[in-house]
Amino acid sequence: MTLFDKSNGNSNGETNGTDLSQIVAQRGQPLGMVIEGSVSNGVEVRLDPGVSVEQIKVGTFVTLQGSDNRFFGVVTDIGLGSTDPRMKYTPLPSDDPFVIQALQGTVAFGTVSVLPQLTLPDVVGDEQGPAAAKSIPAHFSRAYTASQEDVETVFGSEEGGNFWIGSPLDMETKLCLDLGELVKRSMGIFGKSGTGKTFLTRLLLTGIVQSGQASSLIFDMHSEYGWQGQDTDKGVTVKGLKQLFGAKVSTFTLDEEHSRRRGLSTDETVKLGFNHIEPEDVDLLRESLNLSEVAASAAYNLREKFGEDSWLKEFLDAGKNGSLLELAEELQVNAGALRALYNRMGRFTRHGFMVEHSRVDTAAQMIEHLERGQHVVLEFGRYGDDEAAYILVSNLLTRRIHRKYVEAKESAMGGAGKEPRPLVIVIEEAHKFLNTAVASQTIFGIIARELRKYNVTLMVIDQRPSGIDSEVLSQVGTRFSCLLDNERDIDAVLSGTSGSRALRSVLSRLESKQQALVFGHALPLPVVVRIREYGTAFYETIQGGGDSDEEKKRKVDELFG
Amino acid sequence: MSTTSGNGSGQLMERRVGEVVESTSTSFVAQCYQLEGAPALGGLVRTDSPDIYGVVGTVTTEPLDSARPVLARGEDADSEEDVIRDNPQLARLLTSRFEVYIAGHIEDGITRQYLPPRPPRVHSFVYACNPEEIAGFTSQLDLLRLLLNSGASHADEIVGACIRQAASSHDQPNYFLAQACRTLSVELAADVARLNAILRRISP
Repeated sequence: MTLFDKSNGNSNGETNGTDLSQIVAQRGQPLGMVIEGSVSNGVEVRLDPGVSVEQIKVGTFVTLQGSDNRFFGVVTDIGLGSTDPRMKYTPLPSDDPFVIQALQGTVAFGTVSVLPQLTLPDVVGDEQGPAAAKSIPAHFSRAYTASQEDVETVFGSEEGGNFWIGSPLDMETKLCLDLGELVKRSMGIFGKSGTGKTFLTRLLLTGIVQSGQASSLIFDMHSEYGWQGQDTDKGVTVKGLKQLFGAKVSTFTLDEEHSRRRGLSTDETVKLGFNHIEPEDVDLLRESLNLSEVAASAAYNLREKFGEDSWLKEFLDAGKNGSLLELAEELQVNAGALRALYNRMGRFTRHGFMVEHSRVDTAAQMIEHLERGQHVVLEFGRYGDDEAAYILVSNLLTRRIHRKYVEAKESAMGGAGKEPRPLVIVIEEAHKFLNTAVASQTIFGIIARELRKYNVTLMVIDQRPSGIDSEVLSQVGTRFSCLLDNERDIDAVLSGTSGSRALRSVLSRLESKQQALVFGHALPLPVVVRIREYGTAFYETIQGGGDSDEEKKRKVDELFG
Repeated sequence: MSTTSGNGSGQLMERRVGEVVESTSTSFVAQCYQLEGAPALGGLVRTDSPDIYGVVGTVTTEPLDSARPVLARGEDADSEEDVIRDNPQLARLLTSRFEVYIAGHIEDGITRQYLPPRPPRVHSFVYACNPEEIAGFTSQLDLLRLLLNSGASHADEIVGACIRQAASSHDQPNYFLAQACRTLSVELAADVARLNAILRRISP
């Protein structure tokens, strides 16, 4: 009752009414009390007479005030109970509101099952954050809907430097993500086509750019993230990262013409030399180029013969000169396989971004930008629809960047340099790089598995998560899943998650737009998020292309050591 | 609750309806001063010393001498009033009694809705309660449990009548009814059929 005493002492004449609303704001709406439960199955809360079951939805956050602890949990089930089992068979006057109202909430009542997940600190602002719940509240503990403050305590607040991505279901509360934690592990964004993956990705990237927690390298298959993107549902264009952040973002393009047609200027045009292609790349392209294993492995023989720098050029020259047969004999490979390789590579190297020899090391350029704290978007233009080009280019560049990062990190560990800046690499159609057949070979498979140690993580975007190698998927720390309806995809997304049965029903009941189930490393508990609108109101919250204080300090340090 | 002493004794006299003639721990019987002068079923009454409250459960009008049963006398009369006028002795041969189920008492100025240590003494005066007393006493509702478990064959009727009458004494009858329903629901949680029967009796 100290709360009331305090306000009575106030001279500003607060009424008890405002006190009550303050309590509701602090504690949330009272729901009922705990009547039974267990740690494994959660607790059963009997609803107060005034609370209708219809007000509560599965997935709602609830706090339980025990005698020593405050618990934070999620509603997992809602039920109807009765004190008298014979009630089912007793004819009751359903048209008499008086009788019905008297029975409701007393003899016939609602129950909700709550799974306590966390214990909240007793004092808000306590240094000790929420911890996993290892017990349950005692009998008759009161249950409340979680208030804004509770949600902030659990998920962090925007003021605390976290990124607001949306609201929990049925709440106006801002739900925030700790981007620092998010970029520490790989993340995955999954969902059927048209469920808002791209918008969610844009939002997260904006957060990452804004927070300056990490650099990002975006392989932008459909040119959606750089300058501007399309909202196909509303038929409007939305701003891309470059428009929002200006100099913080550098755009690279493979297809200058395409960019020019769209009236955009890009920072760099990427040209890849034959000298940059390695037999490993050919291996990776086997599926998209429809090459046999023998043909792909012939590339290794060619490299052995002609050397790393010029094997492809020499090989293509030999093909042009009609000396493939001799070459096949010399290398002791099947002539048919070598011809197939020649045909496929020949077609491939006619792409506009391929040049015979390139002195410019695009990867090094990109790293330079990334090291400066900039974010790089590589637009594929018309080559975005060419699967092989997308795979080759992203793989080729990433391999080089990976190498640089490993070197930088190793020298940092040896005390000879500074830590490389955390990097998030964004890839779309991830199952093409990370399927079971190639995941062990592609650089992305390696990054997903181990590169967290080298400050590089992946953001994989995919509509068929079942196509991704399960070993790689298990390394994806934080998963954002929009609506999925294929059983195998759902299984894949939820693999290795505790309580996946409960999540499964949530996942298949998501709305088809703007809703995602988020769970994993960066969050203390799984949550369904109504994704924030990416539009004018959102642009206004972005503090231009300016650097944050932290960023400025970093740059000054960099310049003057 | 000893506020009644504040009422004028004349007013109290007016509300005196009878006198205890039989008394047990759970109930007592009072004889009315006036023939047919008993309070209504479910009405709240009290005795004075000690202050014991009760709810009227059974009202009986019968001959004083059980060996002389009442006979029908109105065969030739035009109206019922004529019967009474033509037989003035009747009022002396008949008597009205009412049985009261004890619903609580006052101990050191505090209302207790459980049975008093001793029942009222025989010849204690019985008073009908006025609306303030009713509202005051029924601000607690533990008496409903006493009534439901009184053992009377028509306990449901007594409870229903008591709640209906008490509601009209409260400033917010609907609020009172809601409270009463809640209490009944708790008491009869395991017997929805009985609860339903009582609720229908008090439904406004």
